[in-house]
Amino acid sequence: MQKDPEFQEMLAGIRERRGDDVRIEDIGEVVQSMLVSMRGNISSSDMEMFTELESLADYIRLAKREIAALRPDEVKSEHLRTASDELDAIVLATADATNAIMDATELIEAVMDEVEPEVQTKLMAATTGIYEACTFQDITGQRITKVVTALKHIEDTVDGLLNAFGDEITKYREANPKEADVPEVEPTPSDEDLLEGPQLEGKGNNQAEIDALLASFD
Amino acid sequence: MAVDMNMKILIVDDYKTMLRILTNLLRQLHFTNIEEASDGQEALSKLRQDKFDFVISDWNMEPMTGIQLLREVRADDSLKHIPFIMITAESKSENVIAAKEAGVSNYIVKPFNAETLKTKLSSVLGDF
Repeated sequence: MQKDPEFQEMLAGIRERRGDDVRIEDIGEVVQSMLVSMRGNISSSDMEMFTELESLADYIRLAKREIAALRPDEVKSEHLRTASDELDAIVLATADATNAIMDATELIEAVMDEVEPEVQTKLMAATTGIYEACTFQDITGQRITKVVTALKHIEDTVDGLLNAFGDEITKYREANPKEADVPEVEPTPSDEDLLEGPQLEGKGNNQAEIDALLASFD
Repeated sequence: MAVDMNMKILIVDDYKTMLRILTNLLRQLHFTNIEEASDGQEALSKLRQDKFDFVISDWNMEPMTGIQLLREVRADDSLKHIPFIMITAESKSENVIAAKEAGVSNYIVKPFNAETLKTKLSSVLGDF
């Protein structure tokens, strides 16, 4: 097959616009152009390549649709962000709980001199055990940090994928809106919607707000 | 020789809770003179400003890690004699070897208990 100047020009144009990293959406364009540019005497090996390229173009189109349907934009903007926020909340909650346990333990230690030596020894052993157990917070904190680092890596990978897709994902989202994307006039949460587990700081209601809400029904 | 329970101990950890736990456990072991630092850099400044008799340090901290602090301490003529115990969740053999090569006095893996802390302190200071 001879090099087609039109095709070479198109490749140069893509390279100029995108650099050496060709976007997924451009791959289809390149392959399609290769097919169109094949003219003149076509040998059997050219035909074989023609068929292979056609399959490749179909495969890329299908893969694009399937990947876009997975909504990688949502993975980044919703799921990964939620996971990171929840992990941060775990670290804060365990730190608060550990400090509260330590406050109480230090209070016990402070009054130890006021009891019989035998009781004192038992209390000392118990408080030591509590301090030892509290070291879990350091270990869980370090483990959670590892998970957050892994999530960051996934986020970077998804970023790369979104970048490679260009506006393909947006086009797919606009063409296939999920029910949640369509604004409802009066959304009524289902029983499933009501099960979200503990809310992050500032997201749910505190007891006073719940009391006020309940009182508003009276 | 009896261990001086008033010896000045510097504990270094970036987790405030761990500093609090260590302080309480050391007090239960009757050590009374305990200071805290939240990373290697702060610890090194304190060590150069004041006289300390013992260092207990975490490994994984920023901006200066425990192993960097240990190397700085061992490279400083006025500090290199100070016993230094590493207390860390890093439990791989290569970590222990690196710490030993840097001159660590002993090594405690988190999570730890009071008995281990006492045993390791005794191995460096003598029985108390």
